[in-house]
Amino acid sequence: MSALVPLLVVLPLLGAAIALVAGRHRRTQVVVSIVTLTSVLVISAVLLASVDSGSPIAVSVGGWPIPFGIVLYVDRLAALLVLVSSVVLLAVLLFSVGQGAADGDEDTPVSIFHPTYLILAAGIFDAFIAGDLFNLYVGFEILLVASYVLITLGATESRIRAGVVYIVVSLVSSILFLAAIAVIYGALGTVNMAQLSERMEALPQQTQLVLHLLLLLAFSIKAAVFPLSFWLPDSYPTAPAPVTAVFAGLLTKVGVYALIRLETQIFPDSSVNTLLLVVAGATMVVGVLGALAQAELKRILSFTLVSHVGYMIFGLAIATPLAIGATIYYMVHHIVVQTTLFLVVGLVERRAGSTSILRIKGLMRAAPVIAVLYLIAALNLGGLPPFSGFLGKFALFDAAAQVGSPLLIVLIVAGVVTSLLTLYALMRAWNLAFWREDEPDPTESETEARISYLGDAPAAAVQTERRVIPRIMTAATTGMVVVTVALTVFAGPIFQLCEQIGSALLQPVHLVQLEDAEADG
Amino acid sequence: MTVSLALTVVMAVLFACGVYAMLERSLTRVLIGFLLLGNAVNLLLLIVMGVPGEAPFFGSAAKDEMSDPLPQALTLTAIVITFAVSAFLLALIYRSWQLGRADTVEDDETDIAVRERGPESEESMEEQIADEDDDATTDFGDGTAAPLTVLRAGDVPGVRDDAPTDRPGGDA
Repeated sequence: MSALVPLLVVLPLLGAAIALVAGRHRRTQVVVSIVTLTSVLVISAVLLASVDSGSPIAVSVGGWPIPFGIVLYVDRLAALLVLVSSVVLLAVLLFSVGQGAADGDEDTPVSIFHPTYLILAAGIFDAFIAGDLFNLYVGFEILLVASYVLITLGATESRIRAGVVYIVVSLVSSILFLAAIAVIYGALGTVNMAQLSERMEALPQQTQLVLHLLLLLAFSIKAAVFPLSFWLPDSYPTAPAPVTAVFAGLLTKVGVYALIRLETQIFPDSSVNTLLLVVAGATMVVGVLGALAQAELKRILSFTLVSHVGYMIFGLAIATPLAIGATIYYMVHHIVVQTTLFLVVGLVERRAGSTSILRIKGLMRAAPVIAVLYLIAALNLGGLPPFSGFLGKFALFDAAAQVGSPLLIVLIVAGVVTSLLTLYALMRAWNLAFWREDEPDPTESETEARISYLGDAPAAAVQTERRVIPRIMTAATTGMVVVTVALTVFAGPIFQLCEQIGSALLQPVHLVQLEDAEADG
Repeated sequence: MTVSLALTVVMAVLFACGVYAMLERSLTRVLIGFLLLGNAVNLLLLIVMGVPGEAPFFGSAAKDEMSDPLPQALTLTAIVITFAVSAFLLALIYRSWQLGRADTVEDDETDIAVRERGPESEESMEEQIADEDDDATTDFGDGTAAPLTVLRAGDVPGVRDDAPTDRPGGDA
């Protein structure tokens, strides 16, 4: 079984190499990418089944004994997240294949899209299965460099401008991360996560706090936690629809994943939970208020993305097994539903030629399938029962209420308000873009007066022509909506798994366990 | 653990200069800042290595006379990553220059629009929307591309921005 673990990273890198060599044959590239991601999907499903019934798997790469070599460590959390991300990556790949096949090569340099996309996948998987801090850093760098290329794809003026913000901010966070690794190595003499948590107890409390805050800062920038979230709504909306979808779903979640490992396993003793709770509340409320001020669908979604990262930080800061479990369930839900919404907006942009809700109308009649897909995903994100968004938020609030300190009660209120405001922002978009009739009617001017304060996004003035939507794009989006519904239908077993992860995370992993896990494999 | 004072001072200066350069609007200076910061962190890795000793080859020296090899491995990896990212940044700067004859970091257009949106601008926007509405056949927009206007921070009255730019001829 342990032979499968390195394949999660090696296969996408190999696929990227083949796709790069086959740059002129688009069909070959598509086949290679789909085969690679499908095999990763199968491998991660096998791994999840294996670690769920047995024990975690540790692999020391290159044959160096633990803790000297690079350790890949797959527990339930890593396997679950790799599985979910490979589903998302595959669906978005199919979506982009449909888009590319319909548009031809003129708009986007397709020859570099597939290799870069696979390298992004390799980086994401590497970050999830990294057993030491430096390998986590390398995973981050792989995915970031790939994302730099993807966010500036085609190198148009607006993408360069947006990309520069994203790249410079990411560079700063990477440098902070590397500096933190250096300081931690100086203090503890290791970068292996299991060994770190063992040796951390010997350090003075203040030193622990400094190291903790340094890593927290680096990861919070990547996870887009307020006040380090300003870069996200500026940079995500300009990228091509599939790229934005996969960034929104996965990149911030890799940051949240690093925060989960940081809080639960590396620094089990040094607690900054009060700080995290305050930051979580601010992230939720400020993010969603930003969404209310926007008139462009992609921007609305980017702000709700920032806002909903707050829920995950909230659950992480409660730090009970139930709360961590709820955080992980919420994370899985949010990866899937946020990607789905961005894909739906990609369809809307194609169908209507714009993503500004002041310009689009009557989509309900013109494109009923897109309308239904949007409605399901939006209600899910807004947290209406019976969808998984509701279940995730309910579990979080339940976990908070069980602890019941005054700050937690305030945060529950903030969470409910955020949820309602998210629903308001998304339903306003629904009313304007989908439900508003084409024909002028007497009440129309009244609606216009009420929404006029939104103004219009300058970028939204650029209208692309309306194009036909290939069936495969709709199919990929529908598939994602089905996954969101499946998260609701199978919420029982999935939540049980998440709770097991939650209680396992709160017990630090020891080096002996890693060695045992390696011997078993 | 003993650390070298000279290395620490050099690292601190590199960090300070790097942060200063990165705060500029010119992308080329951001690149220089990034390079300085990257080298500062590499020095930090060297500092945490402790007292340098013999080359860490197996069997070439006694165990406690050797340097710690791990920070060297980390530094090498970090140098490679910094190299790749600088190459990408240079390409980005070149493209930015090609497009706009400037390599400056621009403000986000919609952010400027939101900042500029005051109570007095609401009426005009309302009219604008009403005007668009008069054209009853417009369902999803008219299909033709609107002229692309690039709004810069300096063009908007009310946004004070004194940051220097590297545009030829200054901020004309």
